[in-house]
Amino acid sequence: MRSMAEPVLQLRALSKAYQVGGRPLPVLKSLDLDVHQGEFTSIMGSSGSGKSTLLNVLGLLDRYDSGTYHLGGVLAKDLSERRAAQLRNRMLGFVFQAFHLIPYKNAWENVALPLTYQRVHRKERYRRAMAVLERVELADRADHLPGELSGGQKQRVAIARALVSEPTLILADEPTGALDSATSHLIIDLLEEVADEGRTVVVVTHEPDIAERTRRIVRLHDGVIADDRLIPRRERSTPPVDATEAAR
Amino acid sequence: MILDLGAEVLAVLRRNPLRTVLTAFGVCWGLLMLILLLGFGEGLEAVAVKNFARSSTNSVFFWGGRTTMPYKGYRSGRRIAFRMADFEAASQVPGIDQIAARVQLGGWRSGNIVTVGTESGSYNVMGEMPEYFDITPVVWEGGRFLNVLDLEEQRKVAVIGTSVKEELFRGKDPLGQAINIQGVHFIVVGVLRSSRGDERGDRENSTIHIPLSTFQKAFNMEDRIGWILLTARPEIAAGAMEDRVRSVFMERHGVHPKDVNAIRGWNAQEEMERIANLFLGIRWFVWFVGAATLLSGVVGVSNIMLVIVRERTKEIGLRRALGATRMTVVIQIVSEALILTLLAGWVGLMGGVALVEGVAAWLGPDHELVGSPRVDASAALIALVVLVAAGVFSGLLPARRAARIHPVEALRSE
Ligand SMILES: Nc1ncnc2c1ncn2[C@@H]1O[C@H](COP(=O)(O)OP(=O)(O)OP(=O)(O)O)[C@@H](O)[C@H]1O
Ligand SMILES: [Mg+2]
Repeated sequence: MRSMAEPVLQLRALSKAYQVGGRPLPVLKSLDLDVHQGEFTSIMGSSGSGKSTLLNVLGLLDRYDSGTYHLGGVLAKDLSERRAAQLRNRMLGFVFQAFHLIPYKNAWENVALPLTYQRVHRKERYRRAMAVLERVELADRADHLPGELSGGQKQRVAIARALVSEPTLILADEPTGALDSATSHLIIDLLEEVADEGRTVVVVTHEPDIAERTRRIVRLHDGVIADDRLIPRRERSTPPVDATEAAR
Repeated sequence: MILDLGAEVLAVLRRNPLRTVLTAFGVCWGLLMLILLLGFGEGLEAVAVKNFARSSTNSVFFWGGRTTMPYKGYRSGRRIAFRMADFEAASQVPGIDQIAARVQLGGWRSGNIVTVGTESGSYNVMGEMPEYFDITPVVWEGGRFLNVLDLEEQRKVAVIGTSVKEELFRGKDPLGQAINIQGVHFIVVGVLRSSRGDERGDRENSTIHIPLSTFQKAFNMEDRIGWILLTARPEIAAGAMEDRVRSVFMERHGVHPKDVNAIRGWNAQEEMERIANLFLGIRWFVWFVGAATLLSGVVGVSNIMLVIVRERTKEIGLRRALGATRMTVVIQIVSEALILTLLAGWVGLMGGVALVEGVAAWLGPDHELVGSPRVDASAALIALVVLVAAGVFSGLLPARRAARIHPVEALRSE
């Protein structure tokens, strides 16, 4: 699995602390991590272990204090505002627990949003957004507002939005946290397909059965990587929840 | 890109139509007021300027005053009265175009009972020279004006204002009829109407003009005159002409050269400057009121944009995560404020123009008080520029707030 190719993301002795009441509160403590292209990785850990903080750093949404983070071979440190925004726009796709769709925009407009920051014309945006919506099987809901969609549909729209600019790395923070387990597995199926296509997917989750569906589980404990293991590849399937349980 | 932004902004504003409309109302009202004030101010000013333009803009009037300084053995407080010799002397001053002497029966602004049959009324009765009507342009309604022969032969003829005709003749033709002024009968030979719409025009319409020579003889005035009126040649300023002629009078009457009140004078140049200053003041006031109203509209827009920014914290955080820079966010918020202000202002502007035009059409052309109210292009343009500035201004504070939103904080999912 670990190829000799350059990893999509590489952390070396990465540390981050929050200032709380004037004193530093270390949250990420000297992390080393390599993730390669096409890997489908989950990050687990108890609440407060630093999962979201790590994901924000990976997503160039937050700074880190020391160590290095290379994204696609580029050192992501002290990036200018403009450069960081550009990298987020071109290389990264975000999926959130709360979906974060814009309520007054319909599905395809939400999906097309990253393209507006690339100055893609409206017609082309529509074409590309529709193609991705087709991919998540929601083309027939393209004109629906988020309020008219179910939770699972919203998250599929959000995934379509993360995919529309064809990023290298998809970062998902508890993407199934707000969904029932059957829907959760549909979402994981989708992310698995995305990874199979060669994109790198990192999912933060605290649900073991979701983590088990990925290929690699990184366990954070108190800001340190406590465990990092690969899961042998299984037959791909979209079984109902109890079937998954039974197969274990 | 601009179209995208526009569509996006409209979608945001449509989400809460009532709030948008209420906010927009402030700006709309501000601009409406500004345009109304400017429109009617314009009309008023046009009337004043037109009234003024009809009387010669380079005319100068003189009348006698009182000395305030002793000079050449004369005591202070001496009354200066003009006689025909003063008129002759003034006529020799170079630079004069037209010059006329006149005198009023009973003195300045005193009415005189004039009767025609059983009708009677109180009017100004003036002894006049033909040149008077070159200095104060009037509109002829019939007959002729006084001429040189009337003066030479001291004919008992009169030219009457249109109000005199209406009141004393009641619609009958006055030409050839006699009017009785203090027991002396004069035959009406002409009727005139002032081309001014103001109080001076009213006075002109209630005036009876008779030949100066006839007047002086009939009313025992010897060769006394009340006023000397003149116009300067175009190349000479009225103010300069006034000084030049006054010094001749001072010399003749033994008045101290600094004693300006001894010879009273008026010139159109000063009057014009006074009117110009008055309207400049009015204009500043109008802009001040309009700008203040607009400013309160701006504060309203700014406030509502702050609320919108707070409501959309998550959305702004999300946009940052998806590739928007702080600058993009600032541009978006400022554009939203700008579009809201522009739309509202545009409605106010159009409403104001429509109202002004509507009232103008309803009043008919050249209403005597407000003239033809109108919004000139430059005022509308300036209003539009002010509007754009106001829009940008009202967006700045909310945009600053929006730019400070940190995506991580905004997207935290509790
Ligand atoms: N902005 C902040 N300022 C100060 N402390 C913070 C801030 N954000 C997070 N923390 C602290 O950092 C630690 C890690 O937080 P983080 O959100 O990364 O945890 P997590 O693993 O995602 O937890 P959960 O599973 O509950 O989402 C926690 O102790 C948290 O209180
Ligand atoms: Mg978290």
